Amino acid sequence: MSGTHQATYLGMPAFPVAADASTRNTQLRANLRHATHTIRAKRATAVAELDDWSPLRAAGAAIKDRTLRHLDHYLEQLEGAVTAAGGHVHWAADADEANRIVTELVRATGEREVVKVKSMATQEIGLNGALATAGITAYETDLAELIVQLGDDLPSHILVPAIHRNRGEIRDIFAEKMAEWGRPAPEGLTDAPADLAEAARLHLREKFLNAKVGISGANFMVAETGTLVVVESEGNGRMCLTLPETLISVVGIEKVIPTFQDLEVFLQLLPRSSTAERMNPYTSTWTGTTDADGPRTFHLVLLDNGRTDTLADTVGRQALRCIRCSACLNVCPVYERAGGHAYGSAYPGPIGAILTPQLRGTQSELDASLPYASSLCGACYEVCPVAIDIPEILVHLRERVVEGGPVTVRGTRTVIKPAKGHAAERAAMRAARWALDHPGVLRTGQRLASRTRRFHPRRLPGPGRAWSDTRELPKVPEESFRDWWQRTRGGSGTEGRTTT
Amino acid sequence: MRVALFITCVNDTLYPQTGQAVVTLLERLGVAVGFPEGQSCCGQPQFNTGYRHETEPLVRRYAAAFRDYDYVVAPSGSCAAMVRDNYPRIGAKAAAEGRGQELADAAAEAVPKTYELTEFLTDVLKVTDVGAYYPHTVTYHPTCHGLRMLGLGDRPRSLLAAVQGLNLVELPGADECCGFGGTFAVKNAAVSAAMGADKARNITATGAEAVCTVDNSCQMHIGGTLARQGSTVRPVHIAEILASTEGNVW
Repeated sequence: MSGTHQATYLGMPAFPVAADASTRNTQLRANLRHATHTIRAKRATAVAELDDWSPLRAAGAAIKDRTLRHLDHYLEQLEGAVTAAGGHVHWAADADEANRIVTELVRATGEREVVKVKSMATQEIGLNGALATAGITAYETDLAELIVQLGDDLPSHILVPAIHRNRGEIRDIFAEKMAEWGRPAPEGLTDAPADLAEAARLHLREKFLNAKVGISGANFMVAETGTLVVVESEGNGRMCLTLPETLISVVGIEKVIPTFQDLEVFLQLLPRSSTAERMNPYTSTWTGTTDADGPRTFHLVLLDNGRTDTLADTVGRQALRCIRCSACLNVCPVYERAGGHAYGSAYPGPIGAILTPQLRGTQSELDASLPYASSLCGACYEVCPVAIDIPEILVHLRERVVEGGPVTVRGTRTVIKPAKGHAAERAAMRAARWALDHPGVLRTGQRLASRTRRFHPRRLPGPGRAWSDTRELPKVPEESFRDWWQRTRGGSGTEGRTTT
Repeated sequence: MRVALFITCVNDTLYPQTGQAVVTLLERLGVAVGFPEGQSCCGQPQFNTGYRHETEPLVRRYAAAFRDYDYVVAPSGSCAAMVRDNYPRIGAKAAAEGRGQELADAAAEAVPKTYELTEFLTDVLKVTDVGAYYPHTVTYHPTCHGLRMLGLGDRPRSLLAAVQGLNLVELPGADECCGFGGTFAVKNAAVSAAMGADKARNITATGAEAVCTVDNSCQMHIGGTLARQGSTVRPVHIAEILASTEGNVW
């Protein structure tokens, strides 16, 4: 059974290596370009409709910051409210603990199958794989997650995990794989969107009606009431949240907000940024359990998995404001060309480049390469609905990679060494700084370059090929500006004329 | 009004004609320009690669070099943004590391007087028609740090629109990064080249004779890619267009 397959991010190469391959994949490039440009334009229109977008964005950031400053308080308040409403709250320090808790909770029901609402937290911890190891099959019910699961693939986008697939590929996956997992695809399935949606609907309907256990994440958790909120478009979430007897929600601790009224801000920010809709089709809320309505048992698993360590970093903690809208992915020119898989985690794109190295650390080659997966163009910061200064955090994490420094690991303050492989670069940067801090040395270098200009090669050897394989080198002029100034404006150390 | 030119290391070494154009332009507008020779690099390559501590001497150097001036004009959106956005961060981090206020003070001194060229023209000199003549079809690529960190907005366009003889054509996907990104261009060469190739194709498709920006570092990448694609479009810095006159097209 395919449920035992579990694609994994482990052992993936560093970002530049993976991206070098994906930029050559013309089909992938075309799929991503079409999809990201479409949603990008729609988002811009949806946001431009609101003349108070800027204050809304500031409010979103402020609510998140305030909550994060008092996270302990709001989490305990949440725990109390959920418990009072008949739910059970579990605390998971890391992915293994969360997977263990969920596996035990499912086992206790005696069930071997669960239906899932699309959830980033469960992707982050690799829950499906952990359940499969325990002999439990998890069925993804979000259309794009279904495509990924049937294709034994990995998600490549936060909102649209199968964004790297076009409809022809999706038709082939459905036709070939649906039968292994349940109801087969209809005979003669075409790649028309309506036909594909109908095939998925029929396939999934069986799962919804048979499921005794549902597993979800949550977009928000309201501390004052103990209410969880899932925002979605397809209605599969509503099915999974209401039909099963047992509901287990795995939610990152940063998803808590203080009051129900705070939803007013986020339920405007999220759909417009994410799907470019004024309002998403389904917003499900639930508070513990209710007699004769919905699940009879509700478990909330609160997941840390590196979040409190991230919170300890005064610059990096902004990343915890993220509401997983994926607007930053859709505007990112690097994401558009590299594709989501190159980021090697459940969180691709600009947000992944700042979140993954904080949640997992910067010691692996892949994780150390992520902060460099950006030209620092700033398009992500511009569209972020909670104003996360992604370029600032990228540079901050680059420093952590090349210089090491103080970090918090599992609650303990420690000083890490630089990541491996930067010794030559560090030496070059030091030498450059020394030359630049001695303008006489800089001038000598410029003159040397000018005098030898006739002998400069058009293509560079060694590491310089990274430039000259695709770009002409600039021609070194006969004379630097500095020398021109001195020759024409005269004198040593001239300050020029300084008055009008 | 004491005005200094901050040439930037890239322009100083590779594009001296851009600095000469700034001097010509500002002098034509009645502004005498100084060039303190103690100036060097803003430190952006080091800072953006993660070597913040290697940047610190350059922050001090910048503040000291321009101490006697009221305005510092840089023909680079990216280098001006480095000073304005990142110098205060470098100062604040040094203070947080218990190394006193000296760098923060240097940043505070440098930030308010630092202007990108087009900002200086429109905001300080309050001029959009600089009396330039440039008889060519030109497309404008808004480079990212000027666009998003400095918020240059329409300033460069309004200056270009006032140039006699210049035919300004729209660049499709203008707001998308060209893919230079400093050390990004070699650390992630494949993605950088893919971004550059798309940008260059969009530029060539406009039918323009020249592509104009406020940043020669981005132009180095764009121009290098255009040349490799066999395009005849030539990169030109906005200062060179604005310095051109009927008798002397730059």
